[in-house]
Amino acid sequence: MDFSIGEDRQMLADTLRRFLSNEADWEKRLKVIETEPGFDRETWRSMAELGVLGALFGEEAGGFGGTAFDVAAVFGEVGRSIATGPWLATLMAGRLLAAAGESDALGAVIAGDKVVTWAHLPAHDSDSGEEHDVTASQDGDGWTLTGAKGVVDYLGAADLVVVTAGERAFLVEADAAGVARAGYKMVDGGSGGELRLSNTPARELSGVGAEDIAAAEAMGVVALAWEGVAVMDQLRDQTLEYMRTRKQFGVPIGKFQALQHRMATLALEIEQARSAAINVAARFDSAERAKSVAAAKYTLARVGSLAAEEAIQIHGGIGMTWELPLSHYAKRMVMLGHVLGDEDEHLARYIELMREGD
Amino acid sequence: MNLDYTAEEEAFREEVRAFLRDKLPKRLSDKVRQGKNLTKADMEEWHAILNEKGWLAPHWPEKYGGTGWSVMQKFIFETEAAEAHAPRIIPFGLSMLAPVLIKYGTEEQRQHYLPRILDGTDWWCQGYSEPGAGSDLASLKTSAVREGDHYVVNGQKTWTTLGQHADWIFCLVRTDNTGKKQEGISFLLIDMKSPGIEVRPIKLLDGDYEVNEVFFTDVKVPVENLVGEENKGWTYAKYLLTYERTNIAGVGASMAALDELKRIARTTKRNGKLLIEDPLFAQRLARLEIDLENMKTTNLRVLDAAGKGGAPVAESSMLKIRGTEIRQQIGDLMRRAAGRYAQPFVEESFEEGYNGAPIGPQWSGTTSSEYFNMRKLSIFGGSNEVQREIITKAILEL
Ligand SMILES: Cc1cc2nc3c(=O)[nH]c(=O)nc-3n(C[C@H](O)[C@H](O)[C@H](O)COP(=O)(O)OP(=O)(O)OC[C@H]3O[C@@H](n4cnc5c(N)ncnc54)[C@H](O)[C@@H]3O)c2cc1C
Repeated sequence: MDFSIGEDRQMLADTLRRFLSNEADWEKRLKVIETEPGFDRETWRSMAELGVLGALFGEEAGGFGGTAFDVAAVFGEVGRSIATGPWLATLMAGRLLAAAGESDALGAVIAGDKVVTWAHLPAHDSDSGEEHDVTASQDGDGWTLTGAKGVVDYLGAADLVVVTAGERAFLVEADAAGVARAGYKMVDGGSGGELRLSNTPARELSGVGAEDIAAAEAMGVVALAWEGVAVMDQLRDQTLEYMRTRKQFGVPIGKFQALQHRMATLALEIEQARSAAINVAARFDSAERAKSVAAAKYTLARVGSLAAEEAIQIHGGIGMTWELPLSHYAKRMVMLGHVLGDEDEHLARYIELMREGD
Repeated sequence: MNLDYTAEEEAFREEVRAFLRDKLPKRLSDKVRQGKNLTKADMEEWHAILNEKGWLAPHWPEKYGGTGWSVMQKFIFETEAAEAHAPRIIPFGLSMLAPVLIKYGTEEQRQHYLPRILDGTDWWCQGYSEPGAGSDLASLKTSAVREGDHYVVNGQKTWTTLGQHADWIFCLVRTDNTGKKQEGISFLLIDMKSPGIEVRPIKLLDGDYEVNEVFFTDVKVPVENLVGEENKGWTYAKYLLTYERTNIAGVGASMAALDELKRIARTTKRNGKLLIEDPLFAQRLARLEIDLENMKTTNLRVLDAAGKGGAPVAESSMLKIRGTEIRQQIGDLMRRAAGRYAQPFVEESFEEGYNGAPIGPQWSGTTSSEYFNMRKLSIFGGSNEVQREIITKAILEL
């Protein structure tokens, strides 16, 4: 066995870490999350120019990585700095572009010239309470799409949108006919939007099917699991640091056993979450993938909200302020639980797989 | 044993319900139910309606404007009002300062301040916490030095809830540094318009402004604004802890929120299925309802004991812990019910009259902000850790 991430990946992570701390520091983050796109396009492009996004894809697709542990190395840094930007969308949409051999589009994304997002889950219609999805119809040689998708990452900033419809996936130009985008800010920084399509021309991603979509989602969970553990590490470390310095009743609050045991439990849980993240990356190409995806996302959401809540509580009032980075980490942590299915959805999925006798 | 209300209590409940049906403006209850931001005017509006009815200050003695209700009646009123989504009554003047003035103030102070609290002339805020004095409140440093017929106040308070609206602040200040830290604290009433006071808003993690820092630089406060005796302020502040806290568990607010959550679970579909049909979600919901029902009876038991003359400090701590945990869990479940729609953050939609296109389920827009905002419940009013210390010592005698 080998639990090290590997020298090359560590170098990549270090490069990204330096870049993010120099070019996307906290002050910049506070400013950028007040803007509509929720990230800085120029910074994104410079990051891409460093070659970071290539790590998310294999050589055949114009990248230089593409394994689960390459993805893990990148998203660990995203979590560490809770950087905003279409990281997850790029990964998931990009994986489908790669599967379809769309090398021009993917090349432009890897270079940072184009922003791509991934529109997969249906939109919830506010009036009827029903979920509305996208359907595809064949139109001569081509296809058109009609319907809606909900909570699409960085929709307003996207040049390209990968849209799923049933078991197929399509590439849509964001400025194509019939595209309507309603953008908004997100609780943890960044942005999202509701996508409506009406007879929008789209190019089918050839050869892409349900398996590829599921694989992209699974890789998304790998990314979230590693991002999440990095956020948890930050929540824990920032809280421990505070416990060592904040004094009440004449002693650092870290001296109170009631708090010590809570942090001991949290530290233990975070190590469990790290193991879940390792499991899902290590078993990505195995028959156990589906189960370890469900296990990782369930664990991430469960431990994540514990970490967020404990970190705020142990900080007391200051933990509730916008000014303290900690509260932003807590928000990112809890919101990660809502991406690509929540704790209960993944637990239910796990139960289903267990029943099937896996 | 019998858990039913008596016939008189039942009749009282009907009276309260009828009043709420007639007088609680729908505009206000809608805002509360939808988790929208209440303005100062909104809070004052409800305050005035209650005052007109004579129901604003149930905890006060009748001669100052109280209702003469039993503890059970107070509980019924608080629960019914919350269940009807009435705005919360801002407690600082009515429930925090007034009892101290009534017990320890001079008749002159009572005659001056109490009517102004009732008619809304004075909005009070609470100046206890400081940057260095939170749970360890007695270590507070803001100083008041007597110079002739004035105190001169210097220092800083923080986390001052709704201080931006306040006309007055009641403060714990240090008047003596020589003895035990609890013995050098005084209780002082300070006009927020005094020269030398500066209020700076604190932005909370949900983007909202409900707390402030208050800075005091050579603020002159007339000596007649001292409550009780100099250096006895700690006793007065602690008196509030033993003072009847019928509403500490927030049973009514939790019942109202749980009803809303159940409505949502019965009407919201995820992955083609109603949430209530999802065994995992339903299990979370059922556990909560059971916990809440249990707490309600615990609360009634404590009230009953209080009605018979007890001063249940440690039992109040139990109710505070469980009450805030339940309220937080309801918020947690609301956020979960929203699924991926817990993520959008449209601040403008928290204001009345917002008419942008709704995003996702009608009710989902405020769920995450409320969930995060509710973290405060286990931090303020004596953190839940501090409450557990009280239980450990006072009930368990460990
Ligand atoms: C939204 C909000 C509104 C508020 N409004 C007001 C207001 O209007 N007026 C006012 O005066 N104050 C107000 N407060 C302040 C509130 O009372 C304090 O936040 C509270 O007393 C905790 O103090 P602290 O924040 O300094 O945390 P600290 O006291 O520093 O506590 C940090 C952590 O240590 C824990 N801890 C402390 N001592 C012990 C111990 N002995 N054993 C175990 N654990 C311990 C705490 O429980 C907490 O988890 C408000 C706070 C908030 C968040």
